[in-house]
Amino acid sequence: MAEPMVEVFIFETKQFLEQLEQIALGSEEQGGFSVDDVNEIFRAMHTIKGSAAMMMFDQVSTLAHSVEDIFFYIRELKPAKVDATAITDIVLNAVDFMRIEMDKLEAGGTPDMSSEELRNYTKDFLRNFKVENGHDPDIDLRKVKNAKKSEDQATPEPEPPKKQYYIGAAKQPAPVQEAQSDDAVHVYEATIFFQQGCEMEEVRAFGVVNNLKEKVIELHHLPEKILEDESATDTIRDLGFRLFFTSKLNMDDIKAELDQTIFLDHMELKELASTAECEYWPSQETIAITALENSEPIKPDLPAGVAGPVRQKPQPKPSTEGAQMITVRVDKLDKLMDLVGEMVIAEAMVTQNPDIAGLELDNFAKAARQLHKINGELQDSVMALRMVPLEGTFKKMNRIVRDMTKKLGKKARLVLVGESTEVDKNINEHISDPLMHIVRNSVDHGIEMPEVRAEAGKDETGTIILSAENAGGEVVLKIKDDGGGLNKEKILDRARKNGIINKPESELTDQEIYSFIFAPGFSTKEKVTEFSGRGVGMDVVVSNIKSLGGKVLVDSEPGMGSTTTIKIPLTLAIIEGMSVAVGDATFTVPINYVSRSFRPAEGEIFRDPDGSEMIMVQGNCCPVVRLYDVYSVPGAITDPTDGILMLLEAGDTCFGVMADKLLGVQEIVVKPVPKYISRRVKTTGISGCTLLGDGSISLILDPQQVHNNIFD
Amino acid sequence: MDDEKVFQEEEDTQKDKYLTFSLGEEVYGIDIKVVIEIIGIQKITVVPEVPEYVRGIINLRGKIIPVVDMRLRFKRDFREYTDRTCIVVIEVNGVLIGLIVDGVSEVLDITEKNVVPPPDLKASQNKYIRGIGKTEEGVVLLLDWMKLFSEDDQEMFDEMNADTAENREAAE
Repeated sequence: MAEPMVEVFIFETKQFLEQLEQIALGSEEQGGFSVDDVNEIFRAMHTIKGSAAMMMFDQVSTLAHSVEDIFFYIRELKPAKVDATAITDIVLNAVDFMRIEMDKLEAGGTPDMSSEELRNYTKDFLRNFKVENGHDPDIDLRKVKNAKKSEDQATPEPEPPKKQYYIGAAKQPAPVQEAQSDDAVHVYEATIFFQQGCEMEEVRAFGVVNNLKEKVIELHHLPEKILEDESATDTIRDLGFRLFFTSKLNMDDIKAELDQTIFLDHMELKELASTAECEYWPSQETIAITALENSEPIKPDLPAGVAGPVRQKPQPKPSTEGAQMITVRVDKLDKLMDLVGEMVIAEAMVTQNPDIAGLELDNFAKAARQLHKINGELQDSVMALRMVPLEGTFKKMNRIVRDMTKKLGKKARLVLVGESTEVDKNINEHISDPLMHIVRNSVDHGIEMPEVRAEAGKDETGTIILSAENAGGEVVLKIKDDGGGLNKEKILDRARKNGIINKPESELTDQEIYSFIFAPGFSTKEKVTEFSGRGVGMDVVVSNIKSLGGKVLVDSEPGMGSTTTIKIPLTLAIIEGMSVAVGDATFTVPINYVSRSFRPAEGEIFRDPDGSEMIMVQGNCCPVVRLYDVYSVPGAITDPTDGILMLLEAGDTCFGVMADKLLGVQEIVVKPVPKYISRRVKTTGISGCTLLGDGSISLILDPQQVHNNIFD
Repeated sequence: MDDEKVFQEEEDTQKDKYLTFSLGEEVYGIDIKVVIEIIGIQKITVVPEVPEYVRGIINLRGKIIPVVDMRLRFKRDFREYTDRTCIVVIEVNGVLIGLIVDGVSEVLDITEKNVVPPPDLKASQNKYIRGIGKTEEGVVLLLDWMKLFSEDDQEMFDEMNADTAENREAAE
């Protein structure tokens, strides 16, 4: 993993990118950019620019700069004609570019892709944009803002007049003192001018400060706030970047150090007799007070006549808000989760200890109940820590629908329902790709072209409803479109070609036919498009969902659209399970699969001619398996009337498993089967193991797999 | 047991040190650096459909680890577990595995010059023996744990494939 600083950079930038994307999409929908949106985008781009430059990722930072310029223009001159779609495109392209670079960086690479094309496009766009709105394309906004003349850009700026900012006169520098002993502290004043048009002066200035940090004892600079204050750029450009510092290095070394500054035009360096001579040398108290009062950064007085448009500078958020959120590494949460899991087991070990079995211990029982309650709450809170709303993932789909409808010439809108539903962070991360595939499919295959829709008497704009809800221990996600629905014939045809039909066609149910689209390499689309048709996708969806312990169903009505339903367990780590004993072994079944358990009466279980056992339950004939048989456990009860039959529901089917006796329902912490063994038992229906109260191990059955193994 | 002492020792002092254990008549040695701890025999949960020598899984203070019976692994007869039977927990490539052995003896220093390569016998299982160490009391067969457990995986894979193939045939 990258070093902490890079990690934070990636994290923050990604958050900004997400924010940018949402704002841009929202603005497009509204057909324009509100003042708040412009400010938000401007600020986000500005911050990305600053931090990227700090990290030396020039391509990202210059791109951010060019986008920032557009919004700067919008903000300052409020052009009348704003092409929201085109600007949204620019923002989104930039966001995409940066996102790719961030991913690269995260994977340990260097973000080195050239953003020149995008940048040039953005610049050209801005020029045209300005012309369209009757402004001079070469207009220098920063100067407009400062009510300065924008002519003669080519000639270097005249030496800025020395101004007095703060108390204390601008004294003439004392003559450079003769070589002092090496450890003497020198006081310097340096004014740095950057080259004309090097842009991002504030970032360069920040670099200077950073470089000097190690070499100096105390350092102050004007403007004081470099990155936070938007006027810093202008100040640095006009008046130079002024540094006041004390250092043990002698004049030549300092000069050499400063000379390395990139884009340095010229600089003035003088040595002062003492800090008192500095124009700006705040005492420690002043700094502290400034920091406290710091709602507005200290700014040097600008020359008179800086009427300029009123800037809507967003007020810095109150600092208390920041304290309510902290960012925690996921592995720390995982560790905590593990510990809570251990505690759940430890609690059971104490309260169900064989040493106290059968004893009447009132006080102990009371204390144990209290412990149980607290443990339960602790467990809930830890789980809640890992829960995140699906909102972010859902909103990403907006972008996909937008991009696709635009490219395909279709009209569709995405409706989000229940996006505040919370799921485990792991699930949230893994659900994103499958959802994307399904939504893409809906737009590409489902929603018809506007003409076709109109002909069919439907609204030209298709609707895709993405909904999420909690149902029991599961999250149910539905992607419903009102498109043409799945073409059964086409699917069948394709399935025949791919040779994946494994039973007589006449026996296939609609559901079974539809589920062929989840087979690898399956696509009914004749042409491969950018978005879908390659036939990879739906099988990825299924395997991703399955790895989360979930399932996918698809249903469709010709002409009315199709619905894809994904069901995923809310959390994967702690589940409620019913434990049963079989001989010496213990098996646990997730409780939501168990529909009922009972002791079958004599003769209730019957055999078909092949010897398979089954039982009639409420008019349904359910197959029966004997666990000891499947897992060859010795010493189990073989007579069904002495044992217990658990009726399990897996998917649409129901089947019975026979065990010796029920051990009870318990919260269990799912632990993976050791790798050494898991390769083997993958197919046998054991999805994990858990520790029981007495420290013994129970194997967790996956009813779905057991069912598949035994009956397919 | 020596494990307390072993834990406190530094990495470089673990060189040339072997934990010896007995399997029937023979004495085997395993590098001390892969040995995590030695525990007595405890309740083993049987896992279905694994080779016979994988006896199952045990609970080691909340961690669930597989245990392998070394007698069965080397195709000896199964012997009932006794008080002397130990589980040597080793870590190979980050995976914890318990080895069931007849009993552990001691930690021996066997320098490289006292180790001779095993003879190249086709019939023997010498591929899991890295060398034969000479000591005052006799010889110690030094286990090649790396090979033993990486090949285990391979073997298990093969067996599994064979199994499923058989099952399929049987089903049809």
